[in-house]
Amino acid sequence: MKRLPNALFLWLLLAPALIWLGGLIIVPHLEMLILSLRIRVAPQQYTYGLSQYATFFNEPLYWHTFVRTAVLSLSATALSLVLAFPVAWHIAKIARGRSKVCLFALVLMPFWISEMVRTLGWMILLRANGVLPQLLQACGLTTSPVELLYNDGAILLGLVYSSLLFMLIPLINALETLDDSLIEAAYDLGGQGFNILREIIIPHAAPGIAAGTIMVFMLTLGNYLTPVLLGGKNSMWFTEQIYTQFITRFNWEQGAAFAFLLLALSTLLVFCGLKLSGQSFADVMRRT
Amino acid sequence: MINSIPQSLALRSARRIYLAAFLLFLFLPLTVVVMFAFNDAAYPMPPWHGWTWDWFFADGQHERTGVFFDTELLTSLRYSVQVACAVSLISLVLGTGNAFLLERFRFRGQPALALAMLLPLVIPGVILGISILALMSQLAQFADDYLGLELDFLRPGLVLVTLGQVSYIASIATLTISARLKRFDISLEEAAQNLGASRSAIFFTILLPYLRPALAGAAIMAFLLSFENFNTTYMLTGSDAPLTVMIYGRMKEGATPVVNAISLLLMLVSAVCVIVMSRGKPER
Repeated sequence: MKRLPNALFLWLLLAPALIWLGGLIIVPHLEMLILSLRIRVAPQQYTYGLSQYATFFNEPLYWHTFVRTAVLSLSATALSLVLAFPVAWHIAKIARGRSKVCLFALVLMPFWISEMVRTLGWMILLRANGVLPQLLQACGLTTSPVELLYNDGAILLGLVYSSLLFMLIPLINALETLDDSLIEAAYDLGGQGFNILREIIIPHAAPGIAAGTIMVFMLTLGNYLTPVLLGGKNSMWFTEQIYTQFITRFNWEQGAAFAFLLLALSTLLVFCGLKLSGQSFADVMRRT
Repeated sequence: MINSIPQSLALRSARRIYLAAFLLFLFLPLTVVVMFAFNDAAYPMPPWHGWTWDWFFADGQHERTGVFFDTELLTSLRYSVQVACAVSLISLVLGTGNAFLLERFRFRGQPALALAMLLPLVIPGVILGISILALMSQLAQFADDYLGLELDFLRPGLVLVTLGQVSYIASIATLTISARLKRFDISLEEAAQNLGASRSAIFFTILLPYLRPALAGAAIMAFLLSFENFNTTYMLTGSDAPLTVMIYGRMKEGATPVVNAISLLLMLVSAVCVIVMSRGKPER
């Protein structure tokens, strides 16, 4: 097909792609940008300005939620990196043959199951009359059932749990390409565990770490289900604010402004992450 | 450290304990979901009241309605299957076309197009949903105000849910299919062309069979992703709620073991999909 530069054929393939990207991604976001800048002065009458954005900065609840979402997302990302790294190392470097395949399958399995189901599991475990509080009481560690749900810890736990896969896969892929003899050489030259980790392993795994953290951060920041269900009324998650503005209050202009702020935050932090680690966007996306 | 380097017993056992704890952490929530689907009590919480199949098969006559008799749940399941089939089909066609665009053609703006195709993956699902909702509602409003047309499919509902899911699942299908197409040996195609095969014959007898594992993989993946999507779906759903939205509503009201029972069924469906998928691509 390469030898026949058939313009018609090219356009036939190009049309659906352009309809998809234009109709479902680009134009909707432009529309939302316009919406966010629109101010209603009277029924059916609008002017344009930044007042929705001003509302965000003037109303502490909104930007508190925003900052809180960002901080919790960053913490969840860091936590999943720390938790996943040893497991990824074990799967990539230590386990062999059958046990490696089994372990890999076992670790991936929970993530093929709907996020809803996994969150339900945590609710059954953590709720005041749930499994863990009752277990604590039975062990005599507490006298009355403690509510483990509906706090920041529960949100963080749920977020880490639902994002581990997106950390594990790129880490395993990156670590598998590391040549064992490099570590042996470092060891022979007197390198100690921590030094080897800092000088050899982490620099080698950097693309995987970047891919994993970027993926996890974006997914956590945009998550709705886990924070709302595990955080309850106090979840104060930014996507929840967007939902409230759009669906509950029908204040689309304000909701659109919020959506843009969230998009800007994720783009900015991802961009910084890419620059700091020297990765390219397309490369990172293909790794996950 | 790695196997070839001697390690103290303490370090080795610490690693094993960590691994075991990690696996426990992964499977604990799933285990309780499965367990409490069989608990003979009205709430999926301890204490344990003994085993029952009621949450699957109770016919609703004794205050209990199992999954298989819960018409509300079954209807939402049907919606989910319909949407997932449509999403898979559309994503597959789009993804195949896109893969050829990216791998077989050179044109101006192609790098930009390739980059744009990754964009949907970095936009949070809630925002994808909201932006499509905003645009489509404006379009429907416009059609109503100026053309006098009542375009109901542009209002929240299953059509919008399908579109919302396609917006990012098509990206994933594109990545999967073009990764396979990239590895295709073009000389096979040239040989067929030299022997006088037509373009469509080449496509159907050489390329399509070669791409089949990737196509099957992308289709199953699209189906699963669509089936379990919540964030985008929730923003676009109308009165006819797909399964995830329905379950969410029930979980907010206070979960019943019926939700556990349907969760168990969902796990089985995912397991079957994953097994089929891993058989389809032996080389990876």
